[in-house]
Amino acid sequence: MTRRRRQRLVRGLLYASAVAVVVALAAVADVDLLRRNFLDREIAATMFPDVLLIAARNTIVYTALAFTFGLALGLVLALMRLSSIGPYRWFATVYIEVFRGLPALLTIFLVGFGIPIAFQVRWPILVQITLGLGIVAAAYMAETIRAGIEAVPRGQMEAARSLGMSRGRAMASIIIPQGFRIIVPPLTNELVLLIKDTSLLFVLGTTPATKELTKFGRDILTARANATPLIVVGAVYLLITIPLTQLVAVLERRNARAR
Amino acid sequence: MGPSDTTGAQDGAPVPAIRIGGLHKSFGDNHVLRGIDFVVGEGEVVCVIGPSGSGKSTLLRCVNRLEEADEGSILIEGADIRDPDADVDLLRSRIGMVFQSFNLFPHLSVLRNLTIAQRRVRRRSEAEATEVARHNLARVGLSDKIDAYPAHLSGGQQQRVAIARALSMDPDMMLFDEPTSALDPELVGEVLEVMRALASEGMTMMVVTHEMGFARDVADRVVFMDEGVVVEEGPPERILVAPEHDRTRRFLKVVADG
Ligand SMILES: Nc1ncnc2c1ncn2[C@@H]1O[C@H](COP(=O)(O)OP(=O)(O)OP(=O)(O)O)[C@@H](O)[C@H]1O
Ligand SMILES: [Mg+2]
Repeated sequence: MTRRRRQRLVRGLLYASAVAVVVALAAVADVDLLRRNFLDREIAATMFPDVLLIAARNTIVYTALAFTFGLALGLVLALMRLSSIGPYRWFATVYIEVFRGLPALLTIFLVGFGIPIAFQVRWPILVQITLGLGIVAAAYMAETIRAGIEAVPRGQMEAARSLGMSRGRAMASIIIPQGFRIIVPPLTNELVLLIKDTSLLFVLGTTPATKELTKFGRDILTARANATPLIVVGAVYLLITIPLTQLVAVLERRNARAR
Repeated sequence: MGPSDTTGAQDGAPVPAIRIGGLHKSFGDNHVLRGIDFVVGEGEVVCVIGPSGSGKSTLLRCVNRLEEADEGSILIEGADIRDPDADVDLLRSRIGMVFQSFNLFPHLSVLRNLTIAQRRVRRRSEAEATEVARHNLARVGLSDKIDAYPAHLSGGQQQRVAIARALSMDPDMMLFDEPTSALDPELVGEVLEVMRALASEGMTMMVVTHEMGFARDVADRVVFMDEGVVVEEGPPERILVAPEHDRTRRFLKVVADG
């Protein structure tokens, strides 16, 4: 009884202090200044429709390309890590360790500038973007996919083999589809991370038509010396990422029911 | 065909479905199978009984090479499956296997569970595979579950689907590893009934089981295993009623009391 009362008291105090902090901040803050710098209607209006038709679109396209490439390469790497052939396993392990250990920015530089200097080739920007982000994404996804494959009960492989399926066939038809179901949530997490990582792509150089959200917002921020563009592009990011995480929650619930 | 022919057939006698000779298998230091010899004839139903850990599952799994034996021979219809050149996938597709834990593919409907290996391994057309699947689902009395997913079936139904899945490959023989041990008692009967029907149709069956009633009624022969060897074998009325060995008697008593 006393314990419960004490708990209620603590909780009441926590609520009260939260309210106090908010009130204090509101009192101290210069609301008008904030509004002018972060919520300038006129500046926000000039950003449309390009923020959606160009910047958001580019962010989505870059993410999709890198994700697709990363997923495909990640699957190959995961299978290599699970291979009984030593050199495949070693290669995959080294790849994964290296590209998870390096800053993504460094890899993007490597693809965008290192390779052109070393090999005298200049890839189209979309290829650079796909590789720059996808190479790193593949390293993370490989580990996720491997965990998914390993989470499929052993009996599944045995049942498939006992029906005469080869190991590869069993992987493709039985194990990998189940593994992917298991890893939809972490893969979506990686997709969201990737969306945010597209903000690093500015280092590859941009034209007005290839800007993604962050670069787009930042350029207006610099030109107008006003932070409103950050709020606008931030809202657009959330508009993309929040439905995605919600969708996953729905899928997860449906998956749980099907099992 | 090579040397396997000579070891498989003897003096024009019919080639047995399964002939195991001098089989040894260890897991590390654990010597699980210590020289197993025995034969399953064409159309015969052999029940393997024995205490937990005696190596029954391991033996069964060696027969379709889910486990690799260390030593000895396993002839399936006269062909040595331990031959490094043997086509394991082809061999396995001719041997149906039913597991204690069903191992249905949870992401596929019942129909797809039954057709996927037919399509991918037997290369049957969609139409033919579906036809075969329907036929075998009817055999196990589950025609109405064709579109269900495994998660929506009872354990007994899942095991019957697993049997139908194995049958859909038109196997020459069936291996059962304690097919009813994971089931609630009230669901055991429906699975045993399906197995009984299979036996009466002349299917070659090797059944690891603790169901003594089934062994008594259905088996042509009962094999009692303990500590990696076949202690004794013979017709069920002898092994289950008047065994020669103490070990067998003790085991039967424990099973009867349990
Ligand atoms: N994959 C494996 N790795 C290591 N040891 C194993 C493996 N499979 C089986 N064993 C061991 O081999 C021995 C025999 O196991 P097996 O499963 O064949 O017994 P069983 O007669 O089927 O028993 P049960 O009635 O409990 O199913 C046991 O000691 C077990 O621990
Ligand atoms: Mg067993």
